[in-house]
Amino acid sequence: MTMTSCSLVGGDDDGAAGGDRETVVLVVHDSFALPEDLVADFEKKNDLTLEVRKSGDAGELTNKLVLTKSNPVGDVAFGVDNAFASRALDEGVFAAADVDLPAGADAYDLPGDDDHALVPVDNGNVCVNVDDTYFAKKKLDPPATFEDLTDPRYKNLFVTPSAATSSPGLAFLLATIAEYGDDWPAYWKRLMANGTRIASGWTDAYQVDFTQGGGAGDRPIVTSYDSSPAFTVPEGGTTSTTSALLDTCFLQVEYAGTLAGGDNPEGAKKVLAWLVSPEVQAALPDSMYVFPVADGVPLPTAWATFAKRPTAPKTVDPDEVTAQRDAWLREWTDLTTR
Amino acid sequence: MRRTATLLGLAALPVAVLGVFFVLPVVGMVGRGFWPDGTFDPGAVAEVLTRPRVHRVLWFTVWTASVATALSVALGLPAAYVLHRLRFPGRGLVRGLLLVPFVLPTVVVGVAFRQLLRDGGPLGVLGLDGTPAGIVTALVFFNVAVVIRTVGATWEGLDHRPAEAAASLGAGPATVFRTVTLPALRPAIVSAASVVFLFCATAFGVVLTLGGSRYASVETEIYLLTTDLLDLPAAAALSVLQLVVVVGLLVVAGRARRTPDATTARSTAPAQPVRRRDLPQLAVTAALLAAVATPVVALVVGSLRTGGPGGGGWTLEHYRALSGRGGTPGDPTLVVPVLDALVTSLRVAVDATWMALLLGGLVAVVVTRRSRGRAERRLRGVLDGFFMLPLGVSAVTLGFGFLITLDSPPLDLRSSPLLVPLAQALVALPLVVRTLVPVLAGLDDRQRQAAASLGAGPLRVFATVDLPAAWRPVLAAAGFAFAVSLGEFGATSFLVRDEAPTMPVVIFRLIGHPGVGDYGAALAASVVLAATTAVVMLAVERLRVPALGAW
Repeated sequence: MTMTSCSLVGGDDDGAAGGDRETVVLVVHDSFALPEDLVADFEKKNDLTLEVRKSGDAGELTNKLVLTKSNPVGDVAFGVDNAFASRALDEGVFAAADVDLPAGADAYDLPGDDDHALVPVDNGNVCVNVDDTYFAKKKLDPPATFEDLTDPRYKNLFVTPSAATSSPGLAFLLATIAEYGDDWPAYWKRLMANGTRIASGWTDAYQVDFTQGGGAGDRPIVTSYDSSPAFTVPEGGTTSTTSALLDTCFLQVEYAGTLAGGDNPEGAKKVLAWLVSPEVQAALPDSMYVFPVADGVPLPTAWATFAKRPTAPKTVDPDEVTAQRDAWLREWTDLTTR
Repeated sequence: MRRTATLLGLAALPVAVLGVFFVLPVVGMVGRGFWPDGTFDPGAVAEVLTRPRVHRVLWFTVWTASVATALSVALGLPAAYVLHRLRFPGRGLVRGLLLVPFVLPTVVVGVAFRQLLRDGGPLGVLGLDGTPAGIVTALVFFNVAVVIRTVGATWEGLDHRPAEAAASLGAGPATVFRTVTLPALRPAIVSAASVVFLFCATAFGVVLTLGGSRYASVETEIYLLTTDLLDLPAAAALSVLQLVVVVGLLVVAGRARRTPDATTARSTAPAQPVRRRDLPQLAVTAALLAAVATPVVALVVGSLRTGGPGGGGWTLEHYRALSGRGGTPGDPTLVVPVLDALVTSLRVAVDATWMALLLGGLVAVVVTRRSRGRAERRLRGVLDGFFMLPLGVSAVTLGFGFLITLDSPPLDLRSSPLLVPLAQALVALPLVVRTLVPVLAGLDDRQRQAAASLGAGPLRVFATVDLPAAWRPVLAAAGFAFAVSLGEFGATSFLVRDEAPTMPVVIFRLIGHPGVGDYGAALAASVVLAATTAVVMLAVERLRVPALGAW
């Protein structure tokens, strides 16, 4: 960037670099990131300027798309996940898109999306993580299941983000609902009785309270992701200091789709195809800490070794999530606040 | 007639800006709540107000904001005295440092506070983690600077002769303070307190981080209702409620603030050396400095430690990472290096500052001119309150409002690069107005009349009478606006463009990622932001040419 001025008003308009090249606007959630050279490559090959607009987390993004559907903020959106997708589909936010999916991607199709308006791009699991060094030092077996979290041996050791204010928090609640069905409130009562701490968000839970987080907290069990253990390998080490409990995972799939009424549907379609292309799929783990949906994409070394995946993650029907979410959250809030 | 025309002419620009970038979006958003499916349905909104949770949220907001405001004033007054009336080495440094908390991104401060207060943390024994007391402490941490600055600037310019006269007539220091100084300071104190109350009542990041899911304020509730539940009638109900309460507060504050006439003549008494009887105030100031420094020191220490537990060595690696794009080569955690974001932040802040000063200055001039007739006075009062409103409206309502109202030509401004500085200027505007108004209002209008009778035009009058007295507050206001812009996160995160993120946005991204190195880098970036702010504020201190205003 050139510092021609100390203000934006007099400065160069950095966005004008594309000349009269056509622009396609991609609306994304805050965690979106892809390597610059990939983006430049896409722009060059398609003679397009890709403009990325961040719009909050998955929930906020979905609601923005719903609110602006009569005059969409872009041409294509990425980052709507399976907990929110049906709301956007019901509101007619997305137009049907005819994109060839890579092998393996259809496993992540959204149930009920018969027009294939949403293209699965990546996936990841929210799982309970444990600090293995803590349990080795205490000569205590780490917990393995939802039920273990209510065991008195693990009293006051678990911290999880609030389901009301955080998307991994909501995913963990949904995982317990998938596991216990209508009996989930009873489970949460036992969980709270066992000294579970509710933090406001993932950052707070992992970075402040978790013993292996940045702030060296005092709780060795935390709600995080199945990819998290790949980030706690000590420098030069051969094992990770944490692991994910694979029986406690909830599958999150992130989708992209063409916005109905956007200015550049052709460009939008190119973006969709690009997001599921081998290059972008391979860049996802390092850029966004998620797994690709395409089969046969090589994973980073640390991931292949340390980011173990659950064989049967918990799922809840997206339509049921949409219908029940508010009621569940209200009940959850009542249970967890004293 | 001509006076009223001039008044309206001066007010036109600020009113137009506020109309387009504030009233329009808020009305649009609240309207969606009242017309959920295109038909007017006030019943749904009314139903919300009967929910027990809404009552709890409302009460929590009011009492925490009140307590935090009272504490901020109680701690800020002695510090304002010490830092603006006494002379001692390092005074400018302390002044600059006390402003730093005000501009730190709330998410960072929230994490730093939790780090200190959690069980097993350095201050865990206090048992404040997750309690309303912890939230109130954080609110005071952020806002005490507002009291120090606003009251301090007035205190500094206070004529010291009435106090001396009272003392020579035998009044003790306490009596002098109560009967002479306090009444003269009252407009500034009320101004500061009302701003602090609004900041506390609409605090968002602090309550969300420190309150978990147990405590919610009106502001966080609007956020949840809008961004998670898409329950627009409920969000609209709370927005309207918030607005009503704010307007009520402004009316009350406006009454209490009314200047007791022009007896508060300005002068620039030289700061006094420290005397024995100043010890209590000095003690409070020292304690305040220590309290404010604790979370900041925690940030600095954290930024210098190697990642993870057991690591525990000292390192500069987090700072080195700031010039790159994240931990490992090819890791696009950051779209731009942190240092680029700092440059963007500074550039945005320059724009936000001149916008806020231009708008705020016009407003301050308009509302402080002596009114002829009741209608004119009332009009000025309404204008004054109108420009305080942005403080009392949820950033979420405003942000979503931008999206749904400024979306068609000629007002399709959703992707304009000037939106970010404009939004920040609106956030800073009430602060600028409240810093300038007490000073301009305290000027004896007879001086303007005298100047005018000697043939000076309105501009000349402004330049020779208003400007010399307002010079320091203008600089203080500029510093405030600049600092607000540097630290602003709520509105910015809503509007910022991906290729040009500001520092708080970058910090938020770093802190929300699982790599431990990212966390260290976020702390380092916070320290850089805090240091930048401190440098800017110290520069403003230096600029305060003492000879000016000595008329």
